[in-house]
Amino acid sequence: MLEHVDLSLIDWSRAQFALTAIYHWIFVPLTLGLAFIIAIMESIYVKTGNPEWKQITKFWMTLFGINFAIGVATGIILEFQFGTNWSNYSWFVGDIFGAPLAIEGIMAFFLESTFIAVMFFGWNKVSKRFHLAASWLTAIGANLSALWILVANAWMQFPVGMQFNPDTARNEMVDFWAVLFSPVAINKFFHTITSGYVTASVFVVGISAWFLIKKRHTLLAKRSILIASIFGLASSLFLAFTGDGSAYQVSQKQPMKLAAMEGLYEGKHGAGLVAFGILDPAKKTGDGKEAFFFKIEFPKLLSFLGYRNPDAFVPGVDDIIKGGFTPGYDHVHPMEKERTFSVEEKIRRGKLAVAALATYRDAKVAKVTAKSIQAMEELRLNFPWFGYAYLNSPESIIPNVPLTFYSFHLMVYMGTYFILLFTVVLYLVRKEKLEQQRWLLWLSVWTIPLVYLASEAGWVVAEVGRQPWVIQDLMPVMAAVSKIDATSVIITFWLFAAVFTVLLIAEMMIMIRQIKIGPKDGGTK
Amino acid sequence: MMFESMSIETLQAYWWIIISILGSTLVFLMFVQGGQTLIYTIGKTEPERKMLVNALGRKWEFTFTTLVTFGGAFFASFPLFYSTSFGGAYWVWMAILFPFIIQAVAYEFRSKPDNFLGHKTYEWFLIINGLFGTVLIGTAVATFFTGSAFSVDKSALTNLLDPAISRWQHPAHGLEALLNWRNVALGLAVFFLARVLGILYFMNTIDDEAILTRSKRHLVFNTIPFLVFILAFIGALLTMPGFAVMPQDGFIYGEPYKYFHNLIQMPLVMMMFAGGVVFVLLGVALPLLDFSKYASSGIWYAGPGTFLTVFALFCLAGFNNTAYYPSTFDLQSSLTIHNSSSSHYTLTVMSYVSLVVPFVFAYIWYAWKAINSKKIDAAEMEEGGHTY
Ligand code: HDD
Ligand code: HEM
Ligand code: HEM
Repeated sequence: MLEHVDLSLIDWSRAQFALTAIYHWIFVPLTLGLAFIIAIMESIYVKTGNPEWKQITKFWMTLFGINFAIGVATGIILEFQFGTNWSNYSWFVGDIFGAPLAIEGIMAFFLESTFIAVMFFGWNKVSKRFHLAASWLTAIGANLSALWILVANAWMQFPVGMQFNPDTARNEMVDFWAVLFSPVAINKFFHTITSGYVTASVFVVGISAWFLIKKRHTLLAKRSILIASIFGLASSLFLAFTGDGSAYQVSQKQPMKLAAMEGLYEGKHGAGLVAFGILDPAKKTGDGKEAFFFKIEFPKLLSFLGYRNPDAFVPGVDDIIKGGFTPGYDHVHPMEKERTFSVEEKIRRGKLAVAALATYRDAKVAKVTAKSIQAMEELRLNFPWFGYAYLNSPESIIPNVPLTFYSFHLMVYMGTYFILLFTVVLYLVRKEKLEQQRWLLWLSVWTIPLVYLASEAGWVVAEVGRQPWVIQDLMPVMAAVSKIDATSVIITFWLFAAVFTVLLIAEMMIMIRQIKIGPKDGGTK
Repeated sequence: MMFESMSIETLQAYWWIIISILGSTLVFLMFVQGGQTLIYTIGKTEPERKMLVNALGRKWEFTFTTLVTFGGAFFASFPLFYSTSFGGAYWVWMAILFPFIIQAVAYEFRSKPDNFLGHKTYEWFLIINGLFGTVLIGTAVATFFTGSAFSVDKSALTNLLDPAISRWQHPAHGLEALLNWRNVALGLAVFFLARVLGILYFMNTIDDEAILTRSKRHLVFNTIPFLVFILAFIGALLTMPGFAVMPQDGFIYGEPYKYFHNLIQMPLVMMMFAGGVVFVLLGVALPLLDFSKYASSGIWYAGPGTFLTVFALFCLAGFNNTAYYPSTFDLQSSLTIHNSSSSHYTLTVMSYVSLVVPFVFAYIWYAWKAINSKKIDAAEMEEGGHTY
């Protein structure tokens, strides 16, 4: 009987991971950013001793607590899902990947959960300064948890600091610092946490704008808007900067993802950046047809941003499949420095690597030393393409181009829009003219859902854009999945969908009600 | 300088000790789960229940975070266990995780207006978590001794069509553990122990006559089944054959009375085990003997007692050339602390990280001291501070 990895098992496992991660990510950005906004507000309270600032702090803290609880609820499953659904992956790279996950628990989660209790229950029990310190430590703890999980994620996109060990059949860490300080990790960390700050700023501005529209708690609203729009403007500028850094890293490390982000099929020198475009859904690689129904481009900008050189060659999907070009990106194997391999060639080499591993292991058991040494050499030579062995066809390395493209463009439009919004709001609130601009207040309210959309879109770019790889070039999804029946995963998928949706509804109802209640004991003058 | 010069065997042992510490801390902290199953039994009125829920609600995050860290640390130090057990015993782990998901929102959402499901539902979330969390975790830990049906073949990675290294060989994917009475006995023992600890915790933190009286009564009701189930499990453990490893080549074979041998060959573990049991019993007996004077202090005996007992169990499972995650399907697939661990380098890195653990304990202690100075009472619930 020929046993196969069940395709629907892979798809449902991916769907389940995506579902649970997307849910987790609804709550995490607000935690990351609001924690800091609260700490800033409380610092002002401690400095001025003004009880109104205490009320303001406490109001946002209530919303923070509601969001935090469900963030924790959705997080636990992610922690275990690498084992339950991606068990082969967990062995293949667990020696490296497990470490940041454990460090996250030891260094970040405990910090956060200890001091959050002081934040909520300590008001009348500890000194003002200790309470303030607890608020800052909660914010730092939350951001530290982001650090470690993002280091782990960045490592999957750009594996560094490790070596394959054929005896244990896994990758082993040889350089922790290379993992921690990989350029992809650094950009990812800063881009992601600042996206959280922007999310929280939009949230605070939006809710405060609603208070202004309703003419309730206006003092609280105006003070909150001031803090959040300063914090938001600074963060959104930094967000655009780190976004550029992330895109640069993508160009240098994951050219296929970049091609998908830009809908670029035929590469060129001096490639333009698509400002706006509509893709032809029927477009296939190598069919020679135009990919877009319609597009507007900034000439040469893609080459400039991706390679810091306006005339650089940016490979498209077709080029990467066919190979044979001289790559300008930095993450390239020495053998491909002059001319890249075609994907077919990479698959061939991947299969050589896998076969060599099999030979090595057999020879080792049979104690035929010469043979095992030879196999080891063959494996070492071809290991960089190890994961290609599991692919069915060269085309399977193409991610979902439209989804990646539209998500990326949506995120960038939003990024630009937020900078504008914070600038205008900040200007008007300083001039004491914000309350008259009802359209702007409503716009701020309606920006809240947009920031969540932008943030999720970012992850879709990062994660969908790297498919089919779980570990870039080394392990595709089909080699990573646990050996379970698809039915089990389908059942758990729907269970998660149901439970998380019910909890999300509860959370939103509670949140909206608490906003309507507003700060207890006034908060206004 | 320090960890890097240790041998891999030493590091593996060191990490098994850390895993054991986390596991024992987790079982101790499951007093939260135990307490959750008693909110209707001990709390007869709404204000009483509020006190119970709030007493537990200030601790639940620790249990939860310890569980998460336990998972992460196991992944980092013994990844083959993480991939084999979680991916294989899929349904047991899912059945454990779901109750923790609903627990995490229950405290915060329970008393908020417009909470969609109604506060009774959230209380039931707590009870479900308390019941399944304890029984299933106990059952899962028992398989460290009784074994599971799985196979591990690292060469499978080279089979392009079917590269799974670990395969579970029972269609129930872990739930079959419930068919073995020894596993269930440990599960129920953990359940009743958690309730005993929960009660002792209530007596320690809540200042309320009615709750105290009812707690004392239920302490007896829960201690008796705890003793029955734990003795049944220990009896079975010390008489059953175990899974031994040849230190020279890692060959695994069945050995009669293996765990009994482990106990007498590791006198320190035997002492911890005996000491742990005595402390647990002392923690129960003291408040019963002299109600007023010792009413609050039971948890300070039973808690450390639980820690020591569970710690000793982990040592029995992992040390003295024993396979801690035995396979009944293929003996040679069984996991030992040597064949399932991370590399020397990773264990070294993680060992440095482990140095922050005492620091973590210290700030947790400090922060809790700072806000737990006073017992919870009915008045505090009315003050208008943050309550659940
Ligand atoms: C530490 C790693 C990690 C982190 C932080 C995230 N993911 Fe991820 N994601 C994976 C690791 C991963 C994965 C395990 O590698 C998956 C599962 C299957 C796969 O190919 O990649 C994946 C798949 C995956 C998919 C499915 C893609 C597809 O199948 O086409 C989506 C949409 C997301 N993720 C989205 C997210 C979001 C919204 C995240 C924000 C919280 C997120 N991921 C965080
Ligand atoms: C797949 C990857 C992820 C895993 C395994 C994971 C795991 C978890 C877990 C287990 C918790 C609950 C912790 C507790 O006990 O308190 C949690 C909460 C949290 N996670 Fe994640 N997480 C992931 C992705 C992310 C990402 C990408 C970020 C940020 C960039 C993040 C940031 C946070 C934060 C800030 C919290 C605490 C606050 C909250 O719960 O809202 N997580 N996560
Ligand atoms: C201003 C223009 C922006 C640019 C140029 C930009 C660029 C990028 C790029 C290239 C990635 C993919 C990184 C990868 O695949 O490794 C990314 C990911 C992401 N973006 Fe943006 N982004 C921008 C604005 C935003 C905004 C407004 C948000 C949300 C409020 C956001 C949130 C995210 C998130 C959460 C991710 C996933 C995490 C990561 O991979 O870093 N970005 N961004």
